[in-house]
Amino acid sequence: MKKETRTKTKGKLKLVRRFLSGSARWFLLSAFLALFTSFAEMLTPQIVRFTVDGVIGGETEGLSSAALAVADRFGGVAAVRERFWLIPLAILAAALLAVGSRYLFRLSNSLGAETLVKRMRDTLFSHIEHLPFSFHRKNQTGDIIQRCTSDVDTVKNFLAEQLTQVFRIVTLLVLSLSFMFSMNAKLSVIALCSVPILFFYSLLFHRKISASFRECDETEGKLSAITQENLTGVRVVRAFGRESFEQKRFAEQNEKYASLWVRLSAVFSFYWGSTDLIAGIQVMLIVLFGAKFVLSGEMLSGEYIAFISYNAMLTWPVRMLGRMIANLSKATVALDRIAYIANTPEERDEPDAGTPDLRGDIVFDHVSFGYEGKDELLSDLSLTIPAGSTLGILGGTGSGKSTIAALLDRLYPLEEGKGRITIGGTDIKKIQSKWLRQNIGFVLQEPFLFSRSLKENIGITRRDPTEEEIRRAASIACFEETADSFADGFDTFVGERGVTLSGGQKQRAAIARTLMSETPILIFDDSTSALDAETDAKIRAALREKLRGTTVILITHRVQTVMHADRIIVLDRGRIAEEGTHETLSAGNGVYAELCRLQGEKGGAE
Amino acid sequence: MTQTEKKQETVRLPGFGIPALLPYLKPYRALLFVMIACGLAGTVADLAIPFFQRYALDHFIGERTTDTLFSFVLFYVLVLLFQTGVNFTSTFLAAKVEQRVGRDLRRASFDHLQTLSFSYFNQNSVGYIHARVMSDTARIGELVSWSLMDGVWHLSYVIGAIVVMFRLNARLALLVCAVLPFAFVLILLFQKKLTGFHRKIREINSRITGNFNEGITGAKTIKTLVIEEKMSEDFRTDSSEMRRTAVRAAHSHAMLWAIITFASSLALSLVLWQGGKLTMENAMLLGTLSVFTSYAMGIMEPVQWIVDALSSLINAQVNIERLIGLIRTESDVADTPEVVERYGDAFSPKKENWEPLVGDIEFDDVTFRYPDGEETILDHFSLKIPHGSSIAIVGETGAGKSTLVNLVCRFFEPTKGRILIDGRDARERSQLWLHSNIGYVLQTPHLFSGTVAENLRYGNPEATDEELWQALERVSAAEVVRRMDKGLESEVGEGGDLLSTGEKQLLSFARALLADPRILVLDEATASVDSITEDRIQRAIREITEGRTSLVIAHRLSTIRSSDLILVVDGGKIVERGTHTELMAQNGPYHALYTRQFEEEGTERVFKEKAKGGETPAPAL
Repeated sequence: MKKETRTKTKGKLKLVRRFLSGSARWFLLSAFLALFTSFAEMLTPQIVRFTVDGVIGGETEGLSSAALAVADRFGGVAAVRERFWLIPLAILAAALLAVGSRYLFRLSNSLGAETLVKRMRDTLFSHIEHLPFSFHRKNQTGDIIQRCTSDVDTVKNFLAEQLTQVFRIVTLLVLSLSFMFSMNAKLSVIALCSVPILFFYSLLFHRKISASFRECDETEGKLSAITQENLTGVRVVRAFGRESFEQKRFAEQNEKYASLWVRLSAVFSFYWGSTDLIAGIQVMLIVLFGAKFVLSGEMLSGEYIAFISYNAMLTWPVRMLGRMIANLSKATVALDRIAYIANTPEERDEPDAGTPDLRGDIVFDHVSFGYEGKDELLSDLSLTIPAGSTLGILGGTGSGKSTIAALLDRLYPLEEGKGRITIGGTDIKKIQSKWLRQNIGFVLQEPFLFSRSLKENIGITRRDPTEEEIRRAASIACFEETADSFADGFDTFVGERGVTLSGGQKQRAAIARTLMSETPILIFDDSTSALDAETDAKIRAALREKLRGTTVILITHRVQTVMHADRIIVLDRGRIAEEGTHETLSAGNGVYAELCRLQGEKGGAE
Repeated sequence: MTQTEKKQETVRLPGFGIPALLPYLKPYRALLFVMIACGLAGTVADLAIPFFQRYALDHFIGERTTDTLFSFVLFYVLVLLFQTGVNFTSTFLAAKVEQRVGRDLRRASFDHLQTLSFSYFNQNSVGYIHARVMSDTARIGELVSWSLMDGVWHLSYVIGAIVVMFRLNARLALLVCAVLPFAFVLILLFQKKLTGFHRKIREINSRITGNFNEGITGAKTIKTLVIEEKMSEDFRTDSSEMRRTAVRAAHSHAMLWAIITFASSLALSLVLWQGGKLTMENAMLLGTLSVFTSYAMGIMEPVQWIVDALSSLINAQVNIERLIGLIRTESDVADTPEVVERYGDAFSPKKENWEPLVGDIEFDDVTFRYPDGEETILDHFSLKIPHGSSIAIVGETGAGKSTLVNLVCRFFEPTKGRILIDGRDARERSQLWLHSNIGYVLQTPHLFSGTVAENLRYGNPEATDEELWQALERVSAAEVVRRMDKGLESEVGEGGDLLSTGEKQLLSFARALLADPRILVLDEATASVDSITEDRIQRAIREITEGRTSLVIAHRLSTIRSSDLILVVDGGKIVERGTHTELMAQNGPYHALYTRQFEEEGTERVFKEKAKGGETPAPAL
């Protein structure tokens, strides 16, 4: 157990280190600047002190030696009194120093933070793209997105904003305390008293309050869900006449949410009020005892004023420190959630995987396959597709026909001892997955278009496709005219934030996209299902014309789509039930022949 | 029809929209008054604190006496307690007002949405409306509480400090005030820049989320096309832009603070310069100088908060306008006052006056155009549907099959003509009366999060458990529910996500059955379910349409063939009508549609039967 948590912590640290590369130097710089800023901020009270005690008060004892040394460069205290404008100038100079370095601190800190978050996002995105496909099957999109967005923000806020703030706070604390001690130790001890009280109070408070926050978040989530469901189910609500029920349901949750927040706010107001009171009492004690020390001659008036200024610098950082430590647990949880993605191994090729010529025969050799935890989908399937020929695979829902294609493209690896797939005699395990997929054009059953223009979608596999190439691909896919019919032609923006295409239009765009790279192997996985028979036939005729020498696999439940194939197999629950050409199969009395009759295909060629 | 956003409902409001909000603030007048009063009192305490230091310096130290020490401490503590008390009250009241106003606005908008007609829901996406109900209301709540409070606190502090300083020493006060306008203008400038950056950051952020979404949902496509590198590269373009913008925003923010801090120091140095001289000449006491330094240092930050509150006010105007726009949108399907008088409204029905509904429906010379559409969809259309008969509406996806259903359910009103229910114009009775007699089963069944029983009772709140089981039994869903770990009390998840589509379908049948409607509207599912569920669904459909007037948007041959009347829709219009036999004989669009349907269903059947036959070896002949 212990060892496990240790390796887990180690893994997390490694991850943090990975993310921090590139931004670490900015953080280092900002830490240095934080130190400098805090120091610069200590100067003003010292100037005030020197002014009040030395210049105005005319004291000679009890001035800080550093201030006297500076004054000596301008001719001593008396000279400064003559040229009193030197004082405001000194204050402005100190302010410029503090303001400038604080500005630089914030800037370098934000550079660090943004570099860090960019690196996290980039790493995660590219990592997700390179994960094996089974990861995507297993995990829900919404969950992964949340890990990549809000969890990343949480970690960033902690590492970049809070952690550097902690550093600044600590330096501010240490410096102001040391200045205070240098002036009056007894008074400093009194000032110091409130530090642990405020710190632990704030720490405990923020620990306690996080549960209430979660409760509020959950209630809000429920309220939001009720609204969402009411809106998406508006037809059901109206049709069943349940408006008043919905009204009540919403009102109850709404009330619960609002009163939870009011209660939480009361606690918060109390916290703020009480810490303010503690801080106020502390200031009062300083004013009081300070005055006493001045009276007893242990302190000068200017020192007293400066001391009060330093004291004011203490309260805020201590409160913040408690809050940050309480937030640590939130950041750890978020980091864990990110680590789940980042530590899932990427898809890897075997070390000796090569890039052979893929213009050979495709052979499925006793292949069996089932998705993780599911029944076997393909059982002992053997199949040879000669190079340059066309194979039609016909099957119903759940027959395993799409799985054949997915296995050939190595979207899922074959388990050891469950057969092998070779192209031109090379096991696909020994082919680099990138090379393999680049050589197999695969048109998916459900086409996915990206939120870009049509032109960019079709040419997405190429670096600088010409307009002509895109038009050629689109014309083979019978998509050119459709694209031209849009107001913006090929520049039409599609996808989530653009024009919605019909199923058939999407399929044709996807075919055009696949045709852009001239691959020796082409797979059409039910990719013309939304097209009418005529367009389907037209596309296939154009393909036959263009793609001589290409090995083609057509997967469908339509006879018409496969009838011109060199060979046709009928797949039934992972096994080949019938095999032959359109002529032989349609003449028999199997499934194929029955489908021919049903779908009105009489046999014979064009 | 399904256009999102825009249209009407963005109203322009005067005075940043505040006057329109007044009715919602009225109930909290007293709270707001106390809140502001406490805020002002807090400022007075804040302004008073430096005077204790002054007193300590001038009296205790200056005059070297501690005679008033006790009353000093007492008074100091009292002021601290007073400060704590009023600050607690004002922050707590601000939070309370924020939550209460937010709650009231959410409720008002939600309730109003329950009365809006479907044209509103067709024109505005769910996400858009959801944001109005959830975020705009929160934003407005914050504006009328915290932004107001910030404004009160800091404005009163600045004014109070100026007044006190002038009373102490006019010359020094003038010096401090001279710095203020410069600081104000500079802060305004950078605040404006910052707002712009924040808007841009939100934009890029949603693009990045979109990228993740695409990169994950499109993973299969990306892999097969081998464009992982390209997608990652494109992602980096966005994330780089984000970095650039965020750093620029941070720069503006840092500048903002630098200005405030520097302005404070400038004021301090001026005070120390002139005040120091006065003190040296013994024209001013040291304590007074220390009060001045406190104010000079403290007056700049409130300026920033005032600017911040102002910009919230300006930025919230759009939220107010959108929300008020929603609340003021009028439904284009509304009951007349006379009808409400007699039958009650959606929230308080007068069921004692409701007549029973038989189920005769008649379209009487109906002309219809969607409120946001140009095209006339029904043109002088007449049709009588006697009670108990079944109507099938068929056509391609997107052909506009739901129009008739929308009209019968009074989701939309005819542009011209009438729809008669049991011989009387539908508008003569309330929407709720009609809806209470209509059962509705959607193609994508919509369940609500909650238990099975809660969902079933949506059809009939008074149904006993026994009745629930009976209904489940009749639609062959009892077994499904029995298999769940808690039976009727099992959770179905958000939108019913814990159930399969087929199971959701069956539960929504049971729900409709429990409502025991006279008119049943059914949008058949096209989604493929396993054959056992398919059989169950078929049986359930027969069961629930039995003895009711039914309008079915049909996909299944069995439904189509046995209907009393079939309407064929194309391009939104009815192109053919008749019985199955009549329409087949016409050899028109129906014939084509039916043939294709036949082919598809047949194909799946052939594969399935083959699968069944494959189990048992063929008998030897």
